[in-house]
Amino acid sequence: MTKFQKKLWIGLLVIALFTPLGILLPDKFNARDAWGEWGTDKLEKLLGFVPEGLKKLTDLWKAPIPDYSFGGEGASKSLRVVSYLASGFLGIGACALIAFIISRSIARHGK
Amino acid sequence: MHIPDGYLGPETYVPLYGVSVGFWAIAQSKLKKQLSLKHVPYLAMASAFSFLIQMFNIPIPGGTSGHAVGASIVAILLGPWTAVLSVSVVLIIQALVFGDGGITAVGANCFNMAVVMPFVSYGVFKLIKGKSEGGVRLAVSAFLSGYLGLLVAALFTAVELGIQPLIATGADGRPLYAPYPLSVAIPAMAIEHLFPFGMVEGLVTVLLLKYFLKHEHDLVYALSGHSKTR
Repeated sequence: MTKFQKKLWIGLLVIALFTPLGILLPDKFNARDAWGEWGTDKLEKLLGFVPEGLKKLTDLWKAPIPDYSFGGEGASKSLRVVSYLASGFLGIGACALIAFIISRSIARHGK
Repeated sequence: MHIPDGYLGPETYVPLYGVSVGFWAIAQSKLKKQLSLKHVPYLAMASAFSFLIQMFNIPIPGGTSGHAVGASIVAILLGPWTAVLSVSVVLIIQALVFGDGGITAVGANCFNMAVVMPFVSYGVFKLIKGKSEGGVRLAVSAFLSGYLGLLVAALFTAVELGIQPLIATGADGRPLYAPYPLSVAIPAMAIEHLFPFGMVEGLVTVLLLKYFLKHEHDLVYALSGHSKTR
């Protein structure tokens, strides 16, 4: 790893310490989910019904860490913050590793 | 901008899977010719960076929240095809591990954020930059690259969601998937990405480009002589 790359990695890891802002700020300003990403409860409230096709597909996949939270959506705020922070590091590691493996297998040698 | 499972019907998500797989195949063959080993660590970092920046949800007080994607700066620094690959990795991990974006919608989400966005961003940057190698014009090009890249990606997302009520309704006439028509989806997505999310993507793009120009000028793909498409 070059010195410059090391510096970039340190920068990324330092920024990763601040990820909890990504849930604390929306909480503080009472900003809800992104547009078009509501859960079925919220859709029921918005529309008065949950679209049939949507209902069938919505629980197709059980993600191991849904919504970046170890305790699901009903988790306490402190657990959500800790989960979010940990998810950040986990995600960075997973993305870097997989992107590295894929690009390493594609890249030309000796160039 | 991560479409969840159930918001798109198979008439939409199946073809978009096909389109994304097509782009992945082209990206692989392009990169096989052009990607050198010294870029591999940067590609890994680009992926990590895109994941990280997407965690910073920006609130619109009393409204919704959203975030930048990072695909614009990756396209400028490493080339649009590299961005296709590194941002797709992020979106697939988000869907599989964190349930952010649906499994059925992976093709659509990758098309919007890992194909449309990097190519629009790269095109805007090259077009506005012209022959300039620095200064205000370069900064403006970088800002608009991020700003418009994210906006166009959001508009594609809005169209995919907004056509659902036209394509599929139940026997009772109610929509089967995403319920809002184009006339609602497009303004909703456009306004929040015009301000503030697009602004953030634009700023991030300018600041990082400036940083790389200062410290590792030769790395910047969009300013290098061989910039066909990596």
